[in-house]
Amino acid sequence: VNLLTRNMSGMAGPVASIIERKLTDMLKPSHLQIINESYMHSVPKNSETHFKVVVVSESFTDKKPLARHRLVNDVLKEELSSGVHALSINAFTPEQWDKGRQVDKSPNCMGGF
Amino acid sequence: APRDVQKEIGDLVAKNKVVIFMKGVPEAPQCGFSNAVVQILRMHAVTYDAHNVLVDEELRQGIKDFSSWPTIPQVYIEGEFIGGCDILLQMHQTGELIEELQKVGIKSALMDPEDEKK
Repeated sequence: VNLLTRNMSGMAGPVASIIERKLTDMLKPSHLQIINESYMHSVPKNSETHFKVVVVSESFTDKKPLARHRLVNDVLKEELSSGVHALSINAFTPEQWDKGRQVDKSPNCMGGF
Repeated sequence: APRDVQKEIGDLVAKNKVVIFMKGVPEAPQCGFSNAVVQILRMHAVTYDAHNVLVDEELRQGIKDFSSWPTIPQVYIEGEFIGGCDILLQMHQTGELIEELQKVGIKSALMDPEDEKK
């Protein structure tokens, strides 16, 4: 099930859509959640600068957390070097996800950019 | 002479066992993710060097190139890139951070007295 957050007008932003497509194509996730957290930060409304992604994929098997994050970073290299400014990654194998791993709550903005 | 940021960073991460690159300073973080790193390190009572990328644009880009890591904050332990906020938080929750610190001779304030005997 893919969950893509939609903004006020009911549409997922262009960046969120690209992120969804790239992660789906490259990591073949069994579960994927893309959350635009820009609203939690000091950026204009409808920004697509801060995201949290929850990715459940076999691609992460036998990979330590850092390696998993680098894999996701690599897939989203272009976005991270243009508008996306922060990326919170929760990367699980299907086994870990089924056991009920928790997605952490992102910290509050503290004003800087 | 022109600034060699990569060399500078290489020197910075070698200067102390724990080195972080963050937004703001530990006494006044300017980013929730940077603050999370500061708070975790505070719980473990770790002393560390902190570098504020908000006052140094070349450092801000340079550290991303150096680590091949696109975001701030960034944590180094003994010259090795550990990760950002998510990873540090995960390591903190699993107890792995205590182990990593112990490996480099730092006794975390959260270390179980039983484990000290190991």
